[in-house]
Amino acid sequence: MSTLTSIAFLIASVLFILGIKLLASPKTARQGNLVAALGMLIALFAVLPLLHGPHGTSVSFWKLLLILVGIVIGLIVGAAGAYRVKMTGMPQMVALFNGAGGGAAALVAAIEFAHVTRASSTMFVVSMLCAALIGAVSLSGSIIAYFKLEGHFDKPVTYPAQQVMNGLLFVMSLLLGLAMAAGSHSMVLMVLFLVLALALGVLMVLPIGGADMPVVVSLLNSFTGLAVAADGFAIENIAMIIAGTLVGSSGTLLTLTMCKAMNRPVTNVLFSAFGKVDAAAADAAAVSGSVRSVQADEAAMLLGVAARVVIVPGYGLAVAQAQHQVRQLADELAKKGVEVSYAIHPVAGRMPGHMNVLLAEADVPYDQLIEMEAINPEMDRVDVCLVIGANDVVNPAAREDKSSPIYGMPIIEAEKAGTVIVMKRSMGKGFAGIENALFLRDNCRMLFGDAKTSLQELVTLVKAG
Amino acid sequence: MNADMLIFFIFVLSIFLGFELISKVPSMLHTPLMSGTNAIHGIILLGGILVLASAEGFIQHVAGFLAVVLGSANVFGGFMVTDRMLQMFKRKK
Repeated sequence: MSTLTSIAFLIASVLFILGIKLLASPKTARQGNLVAALGMLIALFAVLPLLHGPHGTSVSFWKLLLILVGIVIGLIVGAAGAYRVKMTGMPQMVALFNGAGGGAAALVAAIEFAHVTRASSTMFVVSMLCAALIGAVSLSGSIIAYFKLEGHFDKPVTYPAQQVMNGLLFVMSLLLGLAMAAGSHSMVLMVLFLVLALALGVLMVLPIGGADMPVVVSLLNSFTGLAVAADGFAIENIAMIIAGTLVGSSGTLLTLTMCKAMNRPVTNVLFSAFGKVDAAAADAAAVSGSVRSVQADEAAMLLGVAARVVIVPGYGLAVAQAQHQVRQLADELAKKGVEVSYAIHPVAGRMPGHMNVLLAEADVPYDQLIEMEAINPEMDRVDVCLVIGANDVVNPAAREDKSSPIYGMPIIEAEKAGTVIVMKRSMGKGFAGIENALFLRDNCRMLFGDAKTSLQELVTLVKAG
Repeated sequence: MNADMLIFFIFVLSIFLGFELISKVPSMLHTPLMSGTNAIHGIILLGGILVLASAEGFIQHVAGFLAVVLGSANVFGGFMVTDRMLQMFKRKK
């Protein structure tokens, strides 16, 4: 590797580090992404002098053309996906891009394996096998996560002795990997190894409930990072090692942070099929009492005379695509001198931070968005708490009912507000599949109907009132 | 210290660096951060280009080409989708 290429890779690595650092702060996040993209561009050009054909020959023109065509196709597909996806579908898109990366990592490892000879070092072969295994798991796992996020599986798929089966499959892949590392360099074994890894990815994600997919996508994201780093070892590319490792470790930390926000250990997410909530436990948690519904005109009046209103947006808001109507309502209330803020639960929406993205799309200034820890102590001074399409994240059972499957999950303490208005399509259950005790409280009023229509009505009424 | 060991040092230090970099991230940025790091592992495109360049025979060419397409979609799509998310974060004027 020439000095120039080395320096270029060093600059690219520094830009990746700076990029991630900047991405972690709201003011600089966008620059951070661009800085990392610049690093990638530099790395892409820096790799060109390293290209060589089979057995150290120079690369033919046709091959360069093939590479270019491949890049352009990927660019078109990637750009089409990135710009056409709706903001609500963002987690699915990230899952697909992640799967693409994992697939590429597995393919690179498999091709490199074909070049292995008896003289190749064990570390070299082991790196390849790691990249192939992790990359393939990430590919098939991401695809299943995509379908789950799209809602193609209503319930987690479970079958008898699932964990034993998965464990056996994992041990089989490991044994096969060991045999290959020990000297069985046949491509047939490599294909078998990849098939096993793909099956492992599918079976690992299938039993996990839809509500936990963000954690899974985040985990698979760090997997792909590690697969890329392992490929970096195998083809001796330092930029790939650094970038892949950074993603692997920061992704792992992000995954743990997400689990912490849901108050569940990561092992619980991966091995115990959340959403597969015990039907008996869910029924036991069923609460008695009566629901008070409210009409839009009364709700508008309550909002109009309040001094302070807190809006709790949930995924239902995103599904109804009603984020713009929420902002209009907030604007109208602000004109009347009502202080409006938004309480954001760490896992509101389909991913941590997803709700912020959705509200930002409707031009809601992000300093009005208040995180759960900051809003809870102020909740008893709030006159009206407007819950829109959120359910589990405001369920007081998480604090009060030890038998509840979500017991211990931090929630937004909506029930402490003077009046709670819950906008909901029906009395249906939330993602966790359990009843919500909040709806039966004395200070709670249900405003049934489509979030978008109801909000439009509220905007008109508040304006007129 | 040989070259392999040096690379291993860099690997271990990168692990710790990754942890340190995102230890204090507000939850509002978790999705963009996941998406941004997702784009960074798109550097696998480099690996795809390298193996396609040295590919021999039909199968290796097909697999290498596929690796380049997938890697390219990961890297370009990843940065674009992250930028699209982040351009919507604005401060009240």
